[in-house]
Amino acid sequence: MPAHEIEIILSRQLADCLTVPVFIVNPEGTLLFYNEPAEGILGKKFQDTGPMPVDDWGTSFFPHDEDGKDLNPLELPLVQTIRNKVPAHKTFWIKSLNGKSTKISVTSIPIIGRSKVFSGAMAIFWDNEVKL
Amino acid sequence: MKVKLHGTRGAYPTSSPTNQTYGGNTSCIEVIHGDERIIIDAGTGILGVDFDRYYKASRINILLTHLHMDHIQGLAFCKPLFNPKKEVHIWGPSGSSESLQSRLNRFLSPPLFPIPLRDIPATLIIKELPNTNFKIGKFEISSEYISHPGPTVGFRIKCGSKSITYMPDHEPVIGKSHLFPDDDWVSGFNLAYQSDLLIHDSQYSKKEYQTKVGWGHSSLEIAAEFCSRAKAKHLILFHHDPTNTDDERTEMFKTFMSTVNYDFPIELAVQGQEIEV
Ligand SMILES: [Zn+2]
Ligand SMILES: [Zn+2]
Repeated sequence: MPAHEIEIILSRQLADCLTVPVFIVNPEGTLLFYNEPAEGILGKKFQDTGPMPVDDWGTSFFPHDEDGKDLNPLELPLVQTIRNKVPAHKTFWIKSLNGKSTKISVTSIPIIGRSKVFSGAMAIFWDNEVKL
Repeated sequence: MKVKLHGTRGAYPTSSPTNQTYGGNTSCIEVIHGDERIIIDAGTGILGVDFDRYYKASRINILLTHLHMDHIQGLAFCKPLFNPKKEVHIWGPSGSSESLQSRLNRFLSPPLFPIPLRDIPATLIIKELPNTNFKIGKFEISSEYISHPGPTVGFRIKCGSKSITYMPDHEPVIGKSHLFPDDDWVSGFNLAYQSDLLIHDSQYSKKEYQTKVGWGHSSLEIAAEFCSRAKAKHLILFHHDPTNTDDERTEMFKTFMSTVNYDFPIELAVQGQEIEV
């Protein structure tokens, strides 16, 4: 398998150094990498799962609004960034596998390098209750 | 193919008597096949290229990995630029917004240089390289962005069944002692994969690298691990730190070699050296 573009490789290196959860996806939405803090949200280790197709990771936590109503996947910032190639931001709730809801904020940005090629997107998550 | 190493030093040129063995000129190599030649990087090593003897045709091709001073310093004094009969093609990495021509002009213009780029007597053709494949004569060249501060590409040059990869400045993994376990997370992997010859950055010792993380360079250990991972067949350790004397560099190399056991030849680059591929 050929190596990822440099922008993706360097994004992973940055994500590796951060204490906020970071997801990196390719233009098809495949989760290429998630860092250690993100492993806590997914409940899975990157070294165990490797890259995950969007259908797998997209259903691992159940995004919903304040009233518990499921969010349409198209409303998720990362999905919007993949579709529109622009940054996106949203605050919403996710439900972990043990049923607990957490209010999170997500900011996603497109990864477009010097080749002007859209290589994917990176999303940073905040758990609004956790003080860093 | 044959490669001639005209400059092997990193950062800045040195003429110290203690730096004569590996040479004091900064990065420049020539790739040769029959009477076809391309020059890669224009450090002070380019002053050792014999233009009068080997460059009878009007067209000259100079490929630049990036615009750090040690890779373009010799360009200002490169004879063909001052010959109106010559057509000099300069290939270098695209930036995010400013053109290659404009970035080059920042150096090749007053007050750093007496004349602006547009007044150089030769016909200059400046070509921007993103991640791309192109041909110059019989050379099939791939350029790809690699990990180093500022827009920087590595080159893979293929001719017939042989290939050479040149990455004089490269930090394939930043701040870690080993490359990521998966090949697809290794910067520059595609270019180096199964190359017959890999000329790679190795400016620092393992210990020195710990205080130079993010500066864009490799240690001898990382260079060799990168070569092994990419299954390249011969490693030339390049971009010597000018603060190392020859004796120190030799000692560093011996210590390193005593701790590893790779199945490909590893040697320190020597200015003037010619390597048959
Ligand atoms: Zn350099
Ligand atoms: Zn450099």
